[in-house]
This record gives sequence, C-alpha cells and structure tokens, in this order.
Amino acid sequence: MISQFFILSSKGDPLIYKDFRGDSGGRDVAELFYRKLTGLPGDESPVVMVTTGGSGGGVVGMRLHHDDRHFIHIRHSGLYLVATTSENISPFSLLELLSRLATLLGDYCGSLGEATISRNVALVYELLDEVLDYGYVQTTSTEVLRNFIQTEAVVSKPFSLFDLSSVGLFGAETQQSKVAPSSAASRPVLSSRSDQSQKNEVFLDVVERLSVLIASNGSLLKVDVQGEIRLKSFLPSGSEMRIGLTEEFCVGKSELRGYGPGIRVDEVSFHSSVYLDEFESHRILRLQPPQGELTVMRYQLSDDLPSPLPFRLFPSVQWDRGSGRLQVYLKLRCDLPPKSQALNVRLHLPLPRGVVSLSQELSSPEQKAELGEGALRWDLPRVQGGSQLSGLFQMDVPGLPGPPGQGPSASAPLGLGPASLSFELPRHTCSGLQVRFLRLAFRPCGNANPHKWVRHLSHSDAYVIRI
Amino acid sequence: MPYLGSEDVVKELKKALCNPHIQADRLRYRSVIQRVIRMSKLDQWGQAEVLNFLLRYQPRSEEELFDILNLLDSFLKSSSPGVVMGATKLFLILAKKFPHVQTDVLMQVKGPLLAACSSESRELCFAALCHVRQILHSLPGHFSSHYKKFFCSYSEPHYIKLQKVEVLCELVNDENVQQVLEELRGYCTDVSADFAQAAILAIGGIARTYTDPCMQILTELLGLRQEHITTVVVQTFRDLAWLCPQCTEAVCQALPGCEENIQDSEGKQALIWLLGVHGKRIPNAPYVLEDFIENVKSETFPAVKMELLTAVLRLFLSRPAECQDMLGRLLHYCIEEEKDMAVRDRGLFYYRLLLAGISEAKQILCSPKSDPSLRLLEDQAERPVNSWALDFNTLVPVYGKARWATIAKCQGVEHHGPELPNTAVFPTSGPLIPEENKERVQELPDSGALMLIPNHQLTAECFEKTWLSLKVAHQQVFPWQGAVHPDTLQMALQVVNIQTIAMSRAGTQPWKAYLSAQDDTGCLFLTELLLEPANLQMQISVKQSEARTETLKSFISVLETVIGTIGDIKS
Repeated sequence: MISQFFILSSKGDPLIYKDFRGDSGGRDVAELFYRKLTGLPGDESPVVMVTTGGSGGGVVGMRLHHDDRHFIHIRHSGLYLVATTSENISPFSLLELLSRLATLLGDYCGSLGEATISRNVALVYELLDEVLDYGYVQTTSTEVLRNFIQTEAVVSKPFSLFDLSSVGLFGAETQQSKVAPSSAASRPVLSSRSDQSQKNEVFLDVVERLSVLIASNGSLLKVDVQGEIRLKSFLPSGSEMRIGLTEEFCVGKSELRGYGPGIRVDEVSFHSSVYLDEFESHRILRLQPPQGELTVMRYQLSDDLPSPLPFRLFPSVQWDRGSGRLQVYLKLRCDLPPKSQALNVRLHLPLPRGVVSLSQELSSPEQKAELGEGALRWDLPRVQGGSQLSGLFQMDVPGLPGPPGQGPSASAPLGLGPASLSFELPRHTCSGLQVRFLRLAFRPCGNANPHKWVRHLSHSDAYVIRI
Repeated sequence: MPYLGSEDVVKELKKALCNPHIQADRLRYRSVIQRVIRMSKLDQWGQAEVLNFLLRYQPRSEEELFDILNLLDSFLKSSSPGVVMGATKLFLILAKKFPHVQTDVLMQVKGPLLAACSSESRELCFAALCHVRQILHSLPGHFSSHYKKFFCSYSEPHYIKLQKVEVLCELVNDENVQQVLEELRGYCTDVSADFAQAAILAIGGIARTYTDPCMQILTELLGLRQEHITTVVVQTFRDLAWLCPQCTEAVCQALPGCEENIQDSEGKQALIWLLGVHGKRIPNAPYVLEDFIENVKSETFPAVKMELLTAVLRLFLSRPAECQDMLGRLLHYCIEEEKDMAVRDRGLFYYRLLLAGISEAKQILCSPKSDPSLRLLEDQAERPVNSWALDFNTLVPVYGKARWATIAKCQGVEHHGPELPNTAVFPTSGPLIPEENKERVQELPDSGALMLIPNHQLTAECFEKTWLSLKVAHQQVFPWQGAVHPDTLQMALQVVNIQTIAMSRAGTQPWKAYLSAQDDTGCLFLTELLLEPANLQMQISVKQSEARTETLKSFISVLETVIGTIGDIKS
C-alpha cells in the first residue's frame, strides 16, 4: 500500500505528483525527498529513506500521526519514480511495482523521459488512477487497462533519418536484413484507434549481460551471463506467437541435447504468459503476450561459456621506481568471429595516485586515450573480430614511493588496475542462444503480414581484468 | 475494488479472508484458504497479497501445514521476486518448528535471490543484498560457493558496493578466502576513499579468522603511503591487536614508519594507542611519541592529546629511561598550558597517579592488552532463523536492524552518544584532587549541604566505641610529602569544625590521627589519618554513623582540601 507516488526529473523538479490516501500532506514531500537524496551521507543507501513527521524541525511542515514515512524510489531513464508509504511493506513488491509502472508509462507514452512525461501529464494521471486505487494495486496488465484509458499519447518526435545511424534497443536487423529505425519501438503501444496497419510490429531482443573476471595470470576466475529475451509487441493482445530457440539449448548441468557442445544455461525462468508444452520437445515457447513490453525468458549461465571470451587483454607494465616512470603496454585481442565486431569499446584502467603526464602510442587513429578521475580511459569505437589492437602509455608518477630497488621492474605498482572493459556486441550472444524463428498465428484482416524484428545483443556488465 | 485480480472468485475470496466472521470460524476459514491457494489465475500483485493474508493463518495440524506448503510451493518458483520473497517469508513463519524445512526453503530461494542480486535494477539488487546478509547471519555458509556473484564492478553505485563488501566479509570460508581477499585487495586502492576504507575494514574483519594472509595485505597497503589508507589500516591494526593477541607481533613489525601518513584524529589515536600498549616491542616507539609531543601545541583534537597522555605514561612504565623526560614535558604542557579541561584533568590525574607510586600506576594503567572474549560476543553467529523470519521481506533488513530500531522509536535523528576515549583506564574511585586549594577553602562553608556543627565534642571512649562498631565507608589516598606538623593540622581542621580526638607525635612512623565531626542532622563522621612517609601518601578512612553518600562526599572534599592545603604548605 503506498501513500503517494511522484515522478521527479533528474534535477528534482516534480513532474507528476499523486496522493492516494490523503494521509500525508503536501507536494513539498517531493521536494523533501530530493533534498534528502542529494544530502545523503556517502555510506547510506538512497534506495529507502525515512522521514519522521515529528522531528526534522518543520522540514515537513506538518505532523503525521506521529509516524514516519518511507521513500522508496527507482531511477529509470533519468527520472526518479518515488513511492512513499507509512507501512513496513515488502521492498521487493514495491520496487517491482515501480519498475512495472515505468514500463507501463513507457508503453503508453512511447518512451519514458522527462519530455514525454511532461507532454502526457493527463495520460499519466489517468493511468495512475487506474493502476492504483487508494494506494492498492488493481492491475498492471496492459490488456485490462486499455479498456479504461481514453487519452491518446502525444508523440512529437518525427521520424528522422539520422536515427538510423545509432543502434538502440528494439530496432535492428531482421533476417531479411531490413533496418528499422532505432526509434521505431519508442512509440506508444496503444494509440491504435487510428492507423492500424502501421502498428503490426513485433520486436524481439535477446540481450545478454556479461560479467567476467580474469586473473592477472590470464586464468578465468568468473564468468557470468545474465540473459533475457525481451519482447515488445504492438499486435492486439491475445494473438499467439511461437518463438523457436536453438534446439541444443539445455537447462541445468546434466541435460544433454544434440551432438555438439550444446548451449547450456544454469537457470531459466519464464513469464507467466508463456506456455511450455512445446519447450521440452522442440524448444519452442508459445505465448499470448499482452501488448507492450515484457520479458519472456530470463536465464543465467555461470562458469563455463561455450564460446571463447570476446576480449583478451595482455598487459605488460614497466615501472622505473627511480625516475617514477610508468610504462603500460596493453594489447587487446578480440576473439569474436571475424564477421562480427564490437562497438563502443572502452577500457578503464585505474592508475596510482599522482599520475601527471600521459604520452601514448596507439595502433590506429580512431582510438582515443585520456586521463581522468585517476584513471586511464582508452576508447576504441569499433573492434573487428579477430583483430588485435595495442596501446603504449607512458606516465610519470613522481609521488609514488616504492620499496627500495632502483631500475625498471616488471611488477605493477599498487593502485594500478584492475582494468575494466565495457563494450557492445551486436548480433552476438555469449551463450550462443539464438532465436530460430518467430511465428505469429495472427492474421490481420486484409493487411500485410506484421513486421517481425529479431535482434541479438551482448554487452558488458563488468568485464574486469586484473593486472 | 473494481476488477481486482482476474476473476470474481478472487474478489470473493479476498473479501472472505478479511471478513472477521470467517476468520473466527476455523472450518470456513480453512476452506477459503484452500480455495485461495489453489487459484492459479492471480496476477503477481494478487499473489503477493494472498501470501500476506496467509501470514495470519495458523494451521491446526502438522498435516495441514505441510499441505499448505505443498500447495504454495509453486510460488517459490515464480518469476516475480516479490512473490518469491513473500512465499519465503510465509514458509519460514509456518515452518518455525521445522528448522530443516526452513533450511530447505532458503536453499530454494537462493537462485532467485542471487538472480536479483545481479539484476539490472540497482534498487532491486540492493534489497536482495540486504536480504542475503540477513540470511547469512543465520547460515554463514549459505552463499559461500557463490562468492563470485558478490564481486563489485566499478560501474556500480557506492551503496551496492558497500553491501557487497559486507556480504563478502560474512561468507568467507576456508575454500574461498584466497579469492575473496584477492578481490578485496583490489578495492583497497579504489578511487573512492570511502569504498577503499570499507574494503580495508572488511579485510580487518576477515583477519580475525584468517590472520596471516590478511596481515600481509594490510602491511602491503601501508607501503602505498596514502593517508586515507594508512589511517584505516592502523585503526584495523588496533582492533586486531585488541581482539586477536596472536596478531600483535606482526602489527608491531608493520607499524614503524606509518606515523608520517596519518593526519586525522581517529588514525592518530589508534597509532598512539598501539605505541603505548605495545611500545615494548616497537623499537622506535618513544621517538614517534616524542614527535607527537613536540607538536602537541598544534594538535587540534583533544582526544588525540588524551590518548597521547595515556600512551606516554604506559610506555614510561615499560621503558622508563627513554620516556621520563618527554613524559615530564607532556605533563607540564598539559597542566600548565592546555586549554581543554578534559585533557588538563587527565594530565593532573596522571601526575598524581605517579605521585602515588609507580606500582599503583602500573596496576591501574597496565590493564590487559587484548581481549579475545570480546570477539565471541561480537559475532554471535548462528542466530536462529526464527529471530528474523518476521522481518523478512519487509523494510527492516533494507534499513538494517540498528537503523530500523531508531526509526521505530520515532526519533528522527540518529543518536550518537559522546565518544569515549579508547583508553583502558579504570574508573577512579573518588574525585581528583583540586588544584586551587585556597579558593576552595573559602568556598567551603557555603558549598554543599553539609554543615558541620562548630562546637562538637566527643570523648575518646565514645569515639573508640563508635569507631569499632562502624564499618569503613570510604577510603582514599592523598599524596603527601615531608613530615607532619600536628599543630598546624589541628588548627586547620578546627577552622572547618573537625575535632581532633587523638594524634601521634610529630615524626613518629607511621603517623596516625583520629578525627571526628558532626553535621547539623546529627550524623557523625569519624576519620583515621595514616601517614607512611615511605609511600609519600596519606591514607584516610572515614566512617559514618548514618549511611548517606551525599554528605559523605562533601565531608571528604572538606577533608581533602584541608590536607591538600597543609600538604602544599609543607612541600
């Protein structure tokens, strides 16, 4: 049960404010929240915060029935979605509700953002009215809600050719290698009263997050893949679709399928609208998704990866204690298949304190390296599979004392490393999971076949290499 | 409520569950519950709510209990973390008499919790981490094989990193200690000073069990010579030396040299404490302390000065030759120049303690150097699951138990008690001797509630009888130098209306005197003065006819003043 819900912009301006129970007063609560959030001491978590009505020296301005109020918030695309409650409720449910609200708002307004929210204030309030009643959740299903929501979303973004260049979520290549603009998916799901024909699209994304830890001797300490199959459907609710996954897909350590190495994951969970009757035999997910966005399947894989890791880093460090000169030579090898590539690769290498100068020799001109916040940042916009890139960095670290012993040494000074990489791998899944097909049972009357967009993507969550 | 859940049945059932009449009738309630938990078409919010309702239900028999658990089992596999956690809580509470069932449930929930810990939503991740810590309190080994999931990545926000470090610190065991320490060591040089310090403290925590590898890492960190690292490492050393005596040797070897990199109060205090208590084993301890004494004038923190006083005195007791001179200088500074009263009083106290004799000072200051038993109190591991089952899936673990308690008390501001200095000095029995004796004498007549009757007379026989029948109410020792002039003392005592019953002649050893006084309520104060010149101290024993501590205190202070004054004149 929540008392209030509000949305703040990243600068703390209240965009939406709704009081469900009238038991706690005033819009200044939103202000109070932001003040508390920004003034928080470093070791406290901002996820839950408390304010007490009694104390606080008139900060709140009114006394509640001598009890306190908890703020629970999530940050979503630069916005703060905050709920207040005076009860000791389940944090999991509430956080889930907030993120579900974020998804819903995204579905209805196109995409979630400061501009879209302020353009669609009426719609947002209408939605909140239906989702929550007196602070209790009624429903968050798009299907049910669509019967009650009358306001049309205001979309101002015109289609722009420039959007083609950047690859965003939900919009990439299909099997026919047609390209949808990356903004294609960021439109409201439910403004379907007018032009019906345009809207029959389905976006399916297989997104994997990779976290890896490699020891300084090159041995692999940890591999963790968190995968999701996300679906954004603009089809009418209840239309059935079938998603075929790679047949060698095995769940658990013991299962064995096919003859090859197989694609093995440790744990899988499915959305409740998924029917699994064909999963055992043919690895087909049958589902009747509601309109909007949902996560069809979540899976995790740890420790053994079927394919080689996308990147290997071979560092060598020369450290001359006498002159305080530190020389770092980094060789980055991309072990992807030659046809694929990695985008927006960035290497982050923390340096010892007191590094003053940097000279660099990079293997290609499009790379960039710079110092910032006590770390070296090496940007590689594009790395082709199978290629090898290198960078030689020389730094002066005058203040760094070391144990006695002059002359260059190969040991790294404390404070150097570990290096972490961030990158995106389009058209690649680290687990090897692929969507074989996406079939729709839905036949629109008289219209063309609905468009299906399927995309695979891996990106780094934490790719850490110790030096 | 319109369109609640997905069916009318849901509505009806929910209403029924809230209906007091149905709640009162166990049979009906039971059948409703059976129907509720067999419903499959609830959405996740409905499921969470039903699980919440069911918390109120008390199954009648074991059979029914397991029936319910079986029916609810599917909720544990739900894809919504809210439902999973709700079900877990319900299971833990229902199975409160079956620890093995509870352990089983916690095993099942491991997967979903770990998934939530690595979830993309930071907030969810944080809540899950808090619950992981809660579980670890009861089952320390529960997540040990998954320690890698709790390694931090540099892009994570601060509050998640701190939680993860705490979790790592708690799940460490023989198998993963090497890897966990390796990981934590990387954090110690993090750009964020707060995070680095948290990591160092975590290593310190692990060092209580796995001393050697941790000590090695901590010693290495000192080599970085960075202020924010050195200060925390030294504080960790202090705690380790106190809790694990076996670390002391290593700590003493690591300490020399780190004084150059400590600037803050906490770090200085820790270093000075270590030098004082374990100075015997640190060759250069006196020199380091001497540097601190040289700079004591510019020292801004009174707590550091207090610590310094204690440490120098302690070191003096174990290495007198090297410390005598600087102890004198420090005491002189503290008594003559120091503005902070607490420091000054501490200086005076130590001064008088030394006057009382070296053996006494030793007795008081050379307290135990470590206390491993404190550690046992600290980690009361294996707390039963039932102690927190009710708090599971609420805000309590998210806030942390301590913070929740303050919140619950509705005291908005967190209360921090005044920090006590970390010295191991025993509380002294009795007030310190005042310095401005003369002024105090004049104040005396109107100072307290005590009014001594001017012309009180007591015969020697009467005194003896009363003296033997009473017990000593108070005993105290005053410093005293030189011989006694009985007449002077008698005169001085008469001024404050204390009658002298008997007195040894001047020069006798030991010298004794018996005094008596009576206040306006008729309470008698009988006193024995005993002077042993060899000890340079005067011992007084006071007996009181009526036990009243207030007046006794006042009387002692009167006596004290007189003796102090006379003693001063003599010396």
